[in-house]
Amino acid sequence: MQDSIVRLEGASKAFATPEGGSVTALDAIDLQVRRNEFLTLLGPSGCGKTTLLQAISGFVELDGGRILIDGEDMTDRPPYRRPVNTVFQNYALFPHMTVGENTAYALEVAGVAKAKRREQVAAALKMVGLEGMEGRRPRQLSGGQQQRVALARAIIARPKLLLLDEPLSALDKNLRQAMQIELKTLQHELGISFIFVTHDQQEALTMSDRVAVLSGGRIQQLDTPRAIYDHPVNSFVATFIGASNLFDGRIDGDRLMAGDGTAIHHRRNQSTASGAATALIRPEQFFLAGEGEPFPTLDVDLEAIVFVGSTFELFGRTSAGKKVIAEIPAGRRGLIGEIERTRRARLAYDPAAVHLIHPCAEA
Amino acid sequence: MSIASRRRVQLAVLLGPVSLFLAVFFLGPLAIMMVTSFLAPGLYGGVEWTFYPHNFGRILGFADPMFEDFDPVYIAIFIRSVKIAALTVLAALLVCYPAAFCIARLSERWKNFCLFLITLPFFTSLIVRLFVWVLILRQTGLVNEMLMSTGMIARPLDLIYTDGAIILGMVYVFIPFMFMPVYASVEKLDWTLVRASLDLGAGPIRTFWRIILPLTAPGIIGGAIIVFIPALGNFVVPAVLGGAKVMMLGNLIEQQFLAARNWPFGSALAMLVMSVMLVLLLVYVFASSRRGADAALNR
Repeated sequence: MQDSIVRLEGASKAFATPEGGSVTALDAIDLQVRRNEFLTLLGPSGCGKTTLLQAISGFVELDGGRILIDGEDMTDRPPYRRPVNTVFQNYALFPHMTVGENTAYALEVAGVAKAKRREQVAAALKMVGLEGMEGRRPRQLSGGQQQRVALARAIIARPKLLLLDEPLSALDKNLRQAMQIELKTLQHELGISFIFVTHDQQEALTMSDRVAVLSGGRIQQLDTPRAIYDHPVNSFVATFIGASNLFDGRIDGDRLMAGDGTAIHHRRNQSTASGAATALIRPEQFFLAGEGEPFPTLDVDLEAIVFVGSTFELFGRTSAGKKVIAEIPAGRRGLIGEIERTRRARLAYDPAAVHLIHPCAEA
Repeated sequence: MSIASRRRVQLAVLLGPVSLFLAVFFLGPLAIMMVTSFLAPGLYGGVEWTFYPHNFGRILGFADPMFEDFDPVYIAIFIRSVKIAALTVLAALLVCYPAAFCIARLSERWKNFCLFLITLPFFTSLIVRLFVWVLILRQTGLVNEMLMSTGMIARPLDLIYTDGAIILGMVYVFIPFMFMPVYASVEKLDWTLVRASLDLGAGPIRTFWRIILPLTAPGIIGGAIIVFIPALGNFVVPAVLGGAKVMMLGNLIEQQFLAARNWPFGSALAMLVMSVMLVLLLVYVFASSRRGADAALNR
């Protein structure tokens, strides 16, 4: 098992609620994080992702299961004896210390000599683009700069694993995107595994080698961003990642007959299973059907046409009343003008792009 | 009227009453006391209107060389008062600091209840509460009776009329004054910083010294000053629990004014106590205003 840096075996945790009940935060989770991997824990609030992170850092004691880091059992070790550092959501910089003292803290605790400490602090601050800021106080820095100090502080002692608890959520959009790329680069340079917690699916898709989608204390799906987007295992994952059109029905040959009578074509060899299934069509997989369209189509009455810059978003309903979202590249304005007049659109799709979700994989 | 001048008028109206009150009832008496401390004591109380700097000399042990020899008794009283006040501060802090952490972690309802309990003593008379301590500590008091009846001691212990009894009484009186500022800073403490410290490899003890203590220091310093100042000049507790044996500055001043009827010397002593407190306060104000300026700059 030397290719995994972290290994969770049946990690379980339940919290008591004030009403006397209990909430399962982690439901027997098995997870392996590979060496040098950027893994993202993605899920809505309350899905257990933060609990999972805190179980790894040692701030949450498991009810059951084990945690191994680099082959060593960490289950009963306190946070200060684990080779893991965390970048906290609100940075948690020590306000009474300078940037340099903050960054040096882990080294100071480890008893590293002062001269060497200064050297490493300078190197770490350089790495995050804050050269020469040692003497500043945290409150003199902008949010983005504080974020970088938190990062430098967490990586300076070269932990085996870096945990990031929604570190970008407090930054504005542009800065967030810049930091996403920087984090990814930093992770490559350092060569240590990152576990990144977020509820922002865009962030998860952009940065990760693999994404674990969590819900109800379980890992719903653990895969590469593309696999998760293109082949979600259940409708929770399908709706949580990106926008989606889901059609529940029964498979009938190369068609899926939805309950409301709509027929969705799919590529036959995609699945040999028959019976109940859900078909997923992503909004961007729709296009406006031309004259004598060879691909299968879906007629919708449009309720709204929203211009979002690079695309138009069409919100409509099928004749059976099913809601459909489609995304049309904004380059094709001529066609948009047409459908804006008629408020009707014929949406075509490639059956090969239709993904079938089988109910056995539902959580 | 411009906005600025209207502001000024508003400010004057709002601050007028309190300024007037302080001028008449605080600065006035203070000036009288200051003048008195440089006058000669009258033969049967009162003052003689001559310049007489020896009151201060007497405090330091060098009295009017015509009448008295070098006698550092007042310096000794001053030192023991400072010692007892400092021990009171320390003991009150040892009681309040851990309690503040416990109470800060309670739910809102229990928190308010505990804060209410801490302010509860204010509702009864200080003298009555102190005499209850006499009942507890005296030779035939509760503690001695209990220890004797269980056979742990054969003869009653000297509990009352000791330095220990005074410190106990003062801690008892001043606990709310220590608790409030300490609690305020403990409650504000950001626990994610504690987590961050543990996460970075610092054990609980180092985390306490490097993170928790520095971040709660303003409350500790504030509480220490608020307790130290009245403890230094307190005369009720030493009078009740210290008996006649233990003399502190507060009793000395009281005695000079009421028993010895040496107002100039009493005034000189009071001026001394006040100047010590003033220095302490100035240090605190200077330190916290620098911190405040820091915070303002950092914002």
